[in-house]
Amino acid sequence: MLRYAYYPGCSMDTTGVTYRMSIEYLARKIGLELMEIPDWNCCGASSAHAKGKWQALALPARNLAIAEKRLPGLDICVPCAACYARLLAATAAIRESDETRARIEEITGVTVKAGAEILTLMDVLGTDEGFAACAAAVERKLTGLKVACYYGCLTSRPRAITGVQNIESPELMEKIVSLSGVECVDWDFKTECCGGSHQVDAPAAARPLVERIFRNAKANGAQAIVTACPMCHLNLDMREEEINRKMGTAYDIPVYQFTQLLAVAMGASAKEVGLQKHFYPAFKRLDRTLRKAGTLQ
Amino acid sequence: MAQLQFDNSASLAEKIAADAGVTLSDCYQCGKCSAGCPMSASMDIQPRQAVRLLQLGMADELVRSRMIWLCASCHMCVDRCPNDVDLPALIENARYEAQRIKLCAVPEVGKFNDIFMENVKNFGKSQEVILEGAYNLLSGNLLQDMGSVPHMLRHGIVGPEIRTVREREHVRRMLTAAEKEDEGC
Ligand code: SF4
Ligand code: SF4
Repeated sequence: MLRYAYYPGCSMDTTGVTYRMSIEYLARKIGLELMEIPDWNCCGASSAHAKGKWQALALPARNLAIAEKRLPGLDICVPCAACYARLLAATAAIRESDETRARIEEITGVTVKAGAEILTLMDVLGTDEGFAACAAAVERKLTGLKVACYYGCLTSRPRAITGVQNIESPELMEKIVSLSGVECVDWDFKTECCGGSHQVDAPAAARPLVERIFRNAKANGAQAIVTACPMCHLNLDMREEEINRKMGTAYDIPVYQFTQLLAVAMGASAKEVGLQKHFYPAFKRLDRTLRKAGTLQ
Repeated sequence: MAQLQFDNSASLAEKIAADAGVTLSDCYQCGKCSAGCPMSASMDIQPRQAVRLLQLGMADELVRSRMIWLCASCHMCVDRCPNDVDLPALIENARYEAQRIKLCAVPEVGKFNDIFMENVKNFGKSQEVILEGAYNLLSGNLLQDMGSVPHMLRHGIVGPEIRTVREREHVRRMLTAAEKEDEGC
């Protein structure tokens, strides 16, 4: 059964709104039940672990504890890569040492076993059942669109915690997003870093990270970049025009969440997946692709 | 601020390594970490040099560096290291030591983290509107990203409402307890 506890994370209502809309559409289409963890709190993102180890563990632990109590037996689906990394790190720490667990319980005042598996949305849709459900729901194909699948750091690293084998060139997003009919190009920057919050607090140092991602995608023939994280998406989508203006480049690469492409292939309209909300224009490329493929209804 | 003494620095290096669970002699200085680090171009000390400083007992230089704040915690270095040297953990613990002496060589990064956590402590969730606004005020980069605001408002990407956790007192209590624990580390 496609039923999971669901941790959306703070971005999902604001900068990640297009991710949320497309996830909801897709979930309805394939019968994926995402049970939101009641009264969840922020995972701490990169700031908590910059400030202190126990702050970084306490925040996700409260969410794990609520899920255990209110949604027992369900694994936890986390679509944001940063939230995923924090929930996973806390789970690993709690499982690894009883002493750590006891200290976390003391700090948070709740008991936590961390028995649930922490999964990205790609993990969920990549299961036999999830994959088959997606395949069955596709109504039209985005044939001819060449995309570069961008994973960023946190869905695969650190390997010691994620258990991902091929951290340089994972294939899961390609497998899933190909269902929409797009062609995935081979490229070098799949798991390079987008700079995370340094795009805000250290922009001069972080901007080049985004530029070289666009450069490599372009050099390998991609017409669009596909992400699986609200932070990666924002950092690419919001900075593209500024980079073109300031660095004299001419990148013309819309950035989609992988769920947006799937939802569109499942029949979603541009509005239903928030294409008009993107910073870099995202509608035309998909519209043209559908017209060319002759699959626009 | 007085320069830390070399003696302290050597024992501080040992402490940072122990807290990070790293055996410093595992590193044979191949430089693979520096080669793959996306932030290396802006760093005053390269990732390989960071380990070298600790091997030499010169922790004070690392604690005072900009590199520990510019590190994006992307974990490329440790995943490519032939010896599994957990550099991000060393860097993280160097940051904790820096905070203990109220030092942050890239103040904007420290401020961002402070405001972020203050937000979480007050509301249980991070508020991107407040985060960006308060950060602009404090860092003096008033107009940064202001060009994006009309777009965000028009499309309802950010709005004026504050999203909070119902049991936000619980979040505040546990963060206060966690801060105490972190100070004692
Ligand atoms: S990659 Fe590992 S062994 Fe090589 S210099 Fe860096 S930390 Fe040392
Ligand atoms: S974790 Fe930090 S030091 Fe290591 S590669 Fe990433 S940015 Fe560089």
